[in-house]
Amino acid sequence: MADMAATTESAPAGSDRPGVARALLNAVMGRLVIAIPYLWLFVFFLVPFLIVFKISLSTTAIAMPPYMPAFGFEDGVAGFIAKLGEMSLDSYVWLTEDTLYFNAYVSSIVIAAVSTAITLAVGFPIAYGMARAPASLRPTLLMLVILPFWTSFLIRVYAWIGILKPEGLLNQFLLATGIIDEPLIILNTHAAIFIGIVYSYLPFMVLPLYSSLEKMDYSLIEAAQDLGCPPITAFWKITFPLALPGVLAGCLLVFIPAVGEFVIPDLLGGSRTLMIGKTLWNEFFNNRDWPVSSAVAIILLLILVVPIMVFQQAQAKAQERGR
Amino acid sequence: MKSLGSIRRSFAPWADPAAKPYILFENVTKKFGDFVAVDDLSLSLFEREFFALLGASGCGKSTLLRMLAGFEEPTSGRILLDGQDLRGIPPYRRPVNMMFQSYALFPHMTVEQNIAFGLKQDGMPKPEIAERVGAMLKLVKLEPFAKRKPHQLSGGQRQRVALARSLAKRPKVLLLDEPLGALDKKLREETQFELMDLQQELGLTFVVVTHDQEEAMTMADRIAIMDKGKVKQVATPAEIYEAPNSRFVADFVGSVNLFEGQVSKASNGAMQIASGDLVLKARNGADADTGNTVWFAIRPEKIRVTPQKPEGGDANAMEGEIYDIAYLGDMTIYNVRLDDGRIIKASTMNSARVNENILSWHDRAWISFNSDAGVVLTA
Repeated sequence: MADMAATTESAPAGSDRPGVARALLNAVMGRLVIAIPYLWLFVFFLVPFLIVFKISLSTTAIAMPPYMPAFGFEDGVAGFIAKLGEMSLDSYVWLTEDTLYFNAYVSSIVIAAVSTAITLAVGFPIAYGMARAPASLRPTLLMLVILPFWTSFLIRVYAWIGILKPEGLLNQFLLATGIIDEPLIILNTHAAIFIGIVYSYLPFMVLPLYSSLEKMDYSLIEAAQDLGCPPITAFWKITFPLALPGVLAGCLLVFIPAVGEFVIPDLLGGSRTLMIGKTLWNEFFNNRDWPVSSAVAIILLLILVVPIMVFQQAQAKAQERGR
Repeated sequence: MKSLGSIRRSFAPWADPAAKPYILFENVTKKFGDFVAVDDLSLSLFEREFFALLGASGCGKSTLLRMLAGFEEPTSGRILLDGQDLRGIPPYRRPVNMMFQSYALFPHMTVEQNIAFGLKQDGMPKPEIAERVGAMLKLVKLEPFAKRKPHQLSGGQRQRVALARSLAKRPKVLLLDEPLGALDKKLREETQFELMDLQQELGLTFVVVTHDQEEAMTMADRIAIMDKGKVKQVATPAEIYEAPNSRFVADFVGSVNLFEGQVSKASNGAMQIASGDLVLKARNGADADTGNTVWFAIRPEKIRVTPQKPEGGDANAMEGEIYDIAYLGDMTIYNVRLDDGRIIKASTMNSARVNENILSWHDRAWISFNSDAGVVLTA
């Protein structure tokens, strides 16, 4: 009996040896697979970010590149540390001293938020209609939503100038049908920016909304009605809460790029519109003030990181809920 | 023939001409495009009845239920509930509640919130809601799970939540769409009895849609067998089984042997049917005149299989060969090939552990049955 116990005890250890090697290999391969996206993020996100951050701590100089100190290891480690001492927060201080930047940030956020709200209001019915369409029709509808991407973004925004200008298509149509007597001034106003952003980013709103609405079991709505809910109440109590992950994803996908949007305010908003993307452009190309424009970019990034974290938290919560 | 009544003693409002139907379908037709889902159907259901709509998928049983719930409107005809015409009344104003096949539990709400949903919608005061939800949780034995979300429950528990939610508003009629379809066999059998007890206890009218005949037979006071949008027979489970009105019903519920033949002699309710070389004596079922084509339907368990010709007793006896044997534990099914080639199914309960009288493949055997063991069908 004792012998048997001994052999059965030692047997698993012996037979495990190749298993251990395989497990080790698997672990290494697993790490490697995970490492690739991290490496990607490190090289193409973190390193550029650190470079921009470093530039934002520099001061302007009439040089090439137009800031100092310029780092290098030619002076050895001691020189590197000495150069670190030359860094300053002047650019950030500058941002607080001129109200232009603060106003630009606020205006960008307001414009992006309003545009996001409009996009949600326009996108939800579209996504809902698509999700409730016959299954055979859905791929076509999805295709139609993505179709604008086949044309250059810039060209599509340019096309809106032709539609919105005082003698443009929209005004001609409204005048011809007698709805208005005088051409509407839309181009070079905030309204034009809203139209441009809503139009350009609508697919980013519709697609996540569609994906969360499409998953929803329609019998939930029937159950709500069966339990006494009129259709509108059923929408707010069932459909909307269940579409919330899609709503959040869509809003962030629209809000984040809209805050930093440069092309649309530049082409449709005219010179009076203040948006941070335009400010950035001016600092960089017109003033050639790299440190200040870098500081503007860093602050913009910080402003946007907050909503992204909110989003991720919401997603984690949704996942926990098993949906 | 003796009455094949309800298993619930003295509950048979359908047999009482003075009883008023609680739910009345009057010539109801429902078309989806060209497809006729429900075809000129009339049906009466009574208060406190456990009624089952039984049929294969696509027979229109679910459509009938959805029309009662208000999710579909009849193309023509009308539906009355307690004397009130339901036409045009939206689902959220009908005094019926439905338990969905998929359960349709709200995934973003806890068990409690799911059950309270309909009550809140009715504007019931909070303390009363809490009390009712508590009572419902107790009824379905889910008190410890009140704060769970549906995805944290097992299939059986979800089924109970769905049941509690649909009962919470104390509907006049509870509609159940394949209520046990998603449960495994053991759980299904248990739940059948629980549903029956619940219905008795609450005194509600239950209408259940199912494709599972065992489920319908177990639970229902009456069953409507449906096919292609029409009702084939409405009767108690025992009547459906023992006195089917057509070959379709006989074949749909349980298994059956059918002998086709012509009436060769008919007198005083007794009948002789010439079926091939055989002459069958029958005493039950539809009347038919001499010369008419009829079918004699007999259930396998009503047929005896013996190695020798039985002496006296049985009116019908015929010889054949054992063709197939299926031993199921509780019973054994014999397929006997008669000498004219017809295969007859007979089953025997294995009431003794060891059977002395063993029949094996290709043995000669006799099958026999009484003249009142089967039923004569004309349709």
